Formats: sequence, C-alpha cells, structure tokens
Amino acid sequence: MSVGESSTPLGQVRGIGSANHGGEHWIRERLTSAALLLLGLWLVVSLLLLPRLDRLTLTEWLQAPSGAVPMALLIVIAFIHSVDGLKTVVDDYVHDEGSRLLLHGILTFAGIGAGSLALFSLAKIAFGAN
Amino acid sequence: MTRNPDRPLSPHLTIWKWGPGMLVSILHRVTGGALAVAGLGIFTWWLWAIAAGADEYQKFVECILWEAGGVPLILLVLVGLTWAFWQHTLSGIRHLVMDTGAGYELRTNRLFAVLTIAGSLFLTALTWALLMGVWA
Repeated sequence: MSVGESSTPLGQVRGIGSANHGGEHWIRERLTSAALLLLGLWLVVSLLLLPRLDRLTLTEWLQAPSGAVPMALLIVIAFIHSVDGLKTVVDDYVHDEGSRLLLHGILTFAGIGAGSLALFSLAKIAFGAN
Repeated sequence: MTRNPDRPLSPHLTIWKWGPGMLVSILHRVTGGALAVAGLGIFTWWLWAIAAGADEYQKFVECILWEAGGVPLILLVLVGLTWAFWQHTLSGIRHLVMDTGAGYELRTNRLFAVLTIAGSLFLTALTWALLMGVWA
C-alpha cells in the first residue's frame, strides 16, 4: 500500500525513516528515558541512604521487594535504552548497510546477554545468595 | 539507495562552530555511550559480584580501589561515570523539553545548555561528598 494523500501523519512515518521503522524507535527512546529518570534517581538516592555499602547491607537492600523490583526495572529499561541509543549512533555514522545491520545485531546480542547476566545476579541475590 | 558516500549522514564535529548548544549535544552522545558500555559493564559486574559471594565481592572492591602509582584509576572512572550520569540526565531533560518544541530561542537554548554543564558538575561533587560521608 503506497503512502497517498489520504494517509494520516502517523501513517506516513510508520515503517519508514533512516532505519525503516518510522517513529517507534524514537518514541521508545523517550519513554525509556522518562522511566530511567525516576529509576536512576531512585538508585542514586537509595545508595546514598544505605548506612554502609558492604555486601551484607547491599544484599538486605536487594532482598526486600522495595529494592529488588525497582532494580529489576532499572536493569531491563537501562539495557533497552542503551541498546537503542547505541543503535542510533551506529545509524548516524555507519554508512554501509551491511555493517550497520551487523553492528545492530551485535548490540542486540550483547545487550540481551549482559542484561540477562545482571537480571540473573539480581534474582540470585533477591532469592537468597549467601 | 542513491547516496553519495562521501557526504556524511550526520553533521560531523569538524563542521560545527563550537558553542554551548553543540557541546552539550555531543556530550549527550559521548556520556550516553560511556554509560551504556562502561557504566552498564561495571554495574553488571557489581551485581554479579554481590551474587557470587563474599570472596568475589571482596575481589570486586579491591579492583575498584586498585591504585596505579598512588592514583585510584578505577575509582576515578567511577567519578567520571557519575558525571556522565548527571550530564546525560540533565541534557536528557533538556532534550525532552526541546522535543515539545520549546527552548529553541538562542538565549534560552544557550542558557539551558550552560545550566546542564554547571548542574552536572555540582551534582557530581555533591554525590561523592555524600558518598564519602564528608558531611555525614
């Protein structure tokens, strides 16, 4: 279906753009940034409010739902936002389509891989590492 | 795709006149890259070390406090990443405001750009002062 005069402004950007997926990537970067504004401040304030930064204190903090749940959200959203951001940099500076797709693939793999390690570590702490 | 590959896809640093607006713009990208790679790297390493047990966590702390000729290099990287966090956060807020179409007037734009730099330096100093218990 071609983009005709009857299409809406949203319909004109869906599926196109420099990375061929219109405005969705752009919108997700902003939504995750708003979430990270809250979660990033939560992390800094939480660390500053802890009486000490030794392993026992950190473990107790992350075993409580008030620590574990925001931390899980922070991990997932920070990795999504980071991979999106790095892909944007690749889109802007890598001219060759093949290299661009390869780098996007590497970023996706590395992001999901490292993010999973972080989530697994958090789960292990939250459910009782000793 | 008929594009002249000699022409840049995005404006490159060399063709811009330096000023607060473009400085903050490129800092947003640099700090974002640093946070994504080094920030999330150390963050994941930290969570892994807490989960791995007391011995591994002790090794992590020793690595962070490692000194080269009396200079704690990794700790300085953490201070740098703290600055990157605040700079990226403040210039991120600036970008969210600009996404609504506001703040493009030359004086306003310049003022917001300068404020993000002043703010990030202040908040970095404040964070580490509190972290080291200077005022505790």
